[in-house]
Amino acid sequence: MSDGTISINGKAYPFKPDQTILEVATEAGISIPTLCHLKGTTPTGACRLCVVEVKGARNLLTSCSTPAASGMEVNTDSPAVTQSRKMTLELLLSSGNHDCLNEGSGTDTKVLFDARAEIDGHSDHLCPSWGECKLQEYALAYGATGTKYPRAKPAYPPEVNNPLIIRDFSRCILCGRCVQACNEVQVNEAISYGYRGSESKIVALGDLPLFQSACVFCGECVQACPTGALVDKKSKGKWRPWDVETIRTTCPYCGVGCQQSLHVKDGRIVKVTGVEEGLPNKGRLCVKGRFGYDFIYSDERLTTPLIRENGELREASWDEALDLVADKLKEIIGESGPDALAGVSCARSINEDSYQMQKLFRGVFKTNNIDHCART
Amino acid sequence: MTNSFGEFDRAKMFFVIGSNMTEAHPVASTFLKNAVKNGAKLIVADPRKHKLVNYADLHLRLKVGSDIALLNALMNVIIEEKLFDPAFVSENTEGFEALSEEVSRATPEAMAPICGIDAETIREAARMLASVSPAMLCYTLGITEHTCGKNNVMTVANLQMLLGNMGVECGGVNPLRGQNNVQGACDMGALPGIFHGYQKVGDPAARKKFEEAWGVTDLPEKPGLMMPEMMEGLEDKKVRAFWIFGENLANTEPDIHKVEHELASAEFLICQDIFLNETTKFAHVVLPAAAWSENDGTFTNSERRVSRVRTASTPPGVAKPNWWIFKEIAKRFGHEWPANSAQEIWDDEVAALAPNFKGITYDRIENDGLQWPCPSTDHPGTVFLHKGGQFTHGKGVFNITNWTPPAEIADAEYPLVLSTGRRLYHYHTRTQTGRCEGLNDLLGEETCDISPTDARRLGIQPQETVRVSSRRGTVEVTARITPEIPEGMVWMAFHFRETNANWLTNAAYDPETLTAEYKACAVKVEKM
Ligand code: SF4
Ligand code: SF4
Ligand code: SF4
Ligand code: FES
Repeated sequence: MSDGTISINGKAYPFKPDQTILEVATEAGISIPTLCHLKGTTPTGACRLCVVEVKGARNLLTSCSTPAASGMEVNTDSPAVTQSRKMTLELLLSSGNHDCLNEGSGTDTKVLFDARAEIDGHSDHLCPSWGECKLQEYALAYGATGTKYPRAKPAYPPEVNNPLIIRDFSRCILCGRCVQACNEVQVNEAISYGYRGSESKIVALGDLPLFQSACVFCGECVQACPTGALVDKKSKGKWRPWDVETIRTTCPYCGVGCQQSLHVKDGRIVKVTGVEEGLPNKGRLCVKGRFGYDFIYSDERLTTPLIRENGELREASWDEALDLVADKLKEIIGESGPDALAGVSCARSINEDSYQMQKLFRGVFKTNNIDHCART
Repeated sequence: MTNSFGEFDRAKMFFVIGSNMTEAHPVASTFLKNAVKNGAKLIVADPRKHKLVNYADLHLRLKVGSDIALLNALMNVIIEEKLFDPAFVSENTEGFEALSEEVSRATPEAMAPICGIDAETIREAARMLASVSPAMLCYTLGITEHTCGKNNVMTVANLQMLLGNMGVECGGVNPLRGQNNVQGACDMGALPGIFHGYQKVGDPAARKKFEEAWGVTDLPEKPGLMMPEMMEGLEDKKVRAFWIFGENLANTEPDIHKVEHELASAEFLICQDIFLNETTKFAHVVLPAAAWSENDGTFTNSERRVSRVRTASTPPGVAKPNWWIFKEIAKRFGHEWPANSAQEIWDDEVAALAPNFKGITYDRIENDGLQWPCPSTDHPGTVFLHKGGQFTHGKGVFNITNWTPPAEIADAEYPLVLSTGRRLYHYHTRTQTGRCEGLNDLLGEETCDISPTDARRLGIQPQETVRVSSRRGTVEVTARITPEIPEGMVWMAFHFRETNANWLTNAAYDPETLTAEYKACAVKVEKM
């Protein structure tokens, strides 16, 4: 069979040149587990979780890095594949501090979490990525427990002294997604693989803490990390995936207009990530977009209208403040005409606000003295 | 932007002028860097050796404010060596003869001393730029924040038309807008001469349309004042009431002493904001507003994409959405506005009353936003403008420009040029980013960035506190000695109050746009 199609699990699929087996399968709706693969970047083949059986090949092949070829017969789910994946997962689990699995207590991460929290009395030290960790998810799916091999001692202590980002090397599976995210996606070129063998570590230039390196704290690596090795410091411990809702919105800072997912718990934003595939940013954010949200909860926010009296601002009701504004503006229009009024709108606020303000000035006050800082 | 961010990673050639993209538009810069990694060429014109320069094939380190000299010299070479696009020029443009005559005088040799780049490098740049078609030209406030800002913009457009880089994918003239919704505020008619959708107040048909739609009469036809004129009007009492919505003018405008004097002269000042700030000190009434994630609404980004903003939390206290505040004032003037949510305002008025937005309704932008022009609800939006060389008013016109120096140039007393802008970790006057955990740890104070040569000459050590003065003010600030800065220049931002560059900047404006010359004024730096 060599007709420009590839057979996956007994069905033929067309493919485009340069597509990998993983890409063809994904398009066809066949899911293959992956850990190290980061869409749009060069495949590294580091984790070997995505292996598939290809007829005629001596070994299982990593689907993320093997190009589809005409006439190829692929099985994504054979006993050998499942066996290999389970083994891979066991090895990864034992490589570090992956203590989130209890034998025989089901596959619901919330149930698992609650059970563990009860045993331990408190949940603060449990992995911050519990419930949204790819390694945990696949381990549960493949029945890997992390008990098959002795657990390795962490080679490096966690790095907790950075602003915004915690690096817990004891949970790093060296998949390299952060390295790809930093170098190939954001092109900040701050981190790379360092050392060898059991000493292996993802390092910032010269193995410095992130805040002393070229890192610009975009957090792309945090978003890419499949485990609890890279953690958003601000949101750590404030939420678990089962108690948040996700709301899509637009970044309030620069004119790129990145699309953000706000992770909201009890009406409070606890974390921000980029909307994967969303335009224009395709999942990417910068430091302000990802970490610049908590100003809205500042206790210095204005909570009530204020009116100046004897040189001091005092609290007032809406009616009092709005009546004062309206009366004063009427008085000035009466005496000096509408062009004695002027206003500047806000280039940070929503369109609808600017529309209303210019409508008020033009349609109600009858002046075109409306502008904003269009020029900065 | 005539074109879109989505084209960045496919583009083959970029000319970035006056844009420190990795700090001011970080995510846009990532797509540009992706393109460079894929083999695209990059020319950066900027006095500073900022991070993007690391990825550039050529860095044109021009002197502050010499953009027109450089651009005209590039066009001189492009015409001289016949590197332009004759078909595009003859079919789609007007005024080529006048342009060639003008730029024929702007030889690289003649312009080299003005822009501080040698003639051969200018030639090399022109050839490199013309060697790949199309090329995307990107700029930011380094082009506009000059007394010749409007001319700068026209010159940039001249260059792209000459090269036939307009109306094509991966080409165009692409101003990256500074603030998240500065595009939207313009689009919505928060400008003295236009209703929303760029419908002119001087056009009787437009006025009639809005009079009918809004149920009013006698809409004013004379364009209003621009912001600097309003501020000056406060002083001479022509403007008696001033309503400032969401701007911290006392920190963002050039020459803070002057600005504060003007604000203090206001007879009645209304500030509508989310925090007290340096500007509310002068307010007679402060109205508390809902912030970003406390609103439903839309923002429009630099590429004209209207995207949704959604409510995730409730405003504190009795703070209210801004649109509600305006509606309440209208009511007190006897106007009952029907729209009672951002969606109703957009769908029933914004979209309904402007051809460019007609096809954009909330139900169509649930996920990705739409880019205007979008004239009907089955229109997919417009990724790049001027397709096939069709300009809004027929042909693209070459507007002749001549280099003019900044309003204030370095002299014996104030021998350095101060240029200003934004840094990565903060945003404007820090009313927001200064209240976000972690961001102050990444950048906790302003610095005066200075070249190693000038620092040595002045005997300044790294991290030493220095005094920086202009004719308007003085700040004491930590020196940051860095080769990013060329000799003869210093650079500062406006994120911190005490060390704000705007104590020093010059309130000199482009005569037409009234954009202030934030990018150039004369200062001296002294040891304390
Ligand atoms: S935060 Fe950004 S710059 Fe820093 S290491 Fe992660 S991806 Fe790289
Ligand atoms: S830190 Fe995370 S993304 Fe990076 S190699 Fe380790 S597990 Fe993978
Ligand atoms: S995330 Fe960063 S780049 Fe994107 S819009 Fe926000 S400030 Fe701009
Ligand atoms: S996903 Fe293919 S090897 Fe890791």
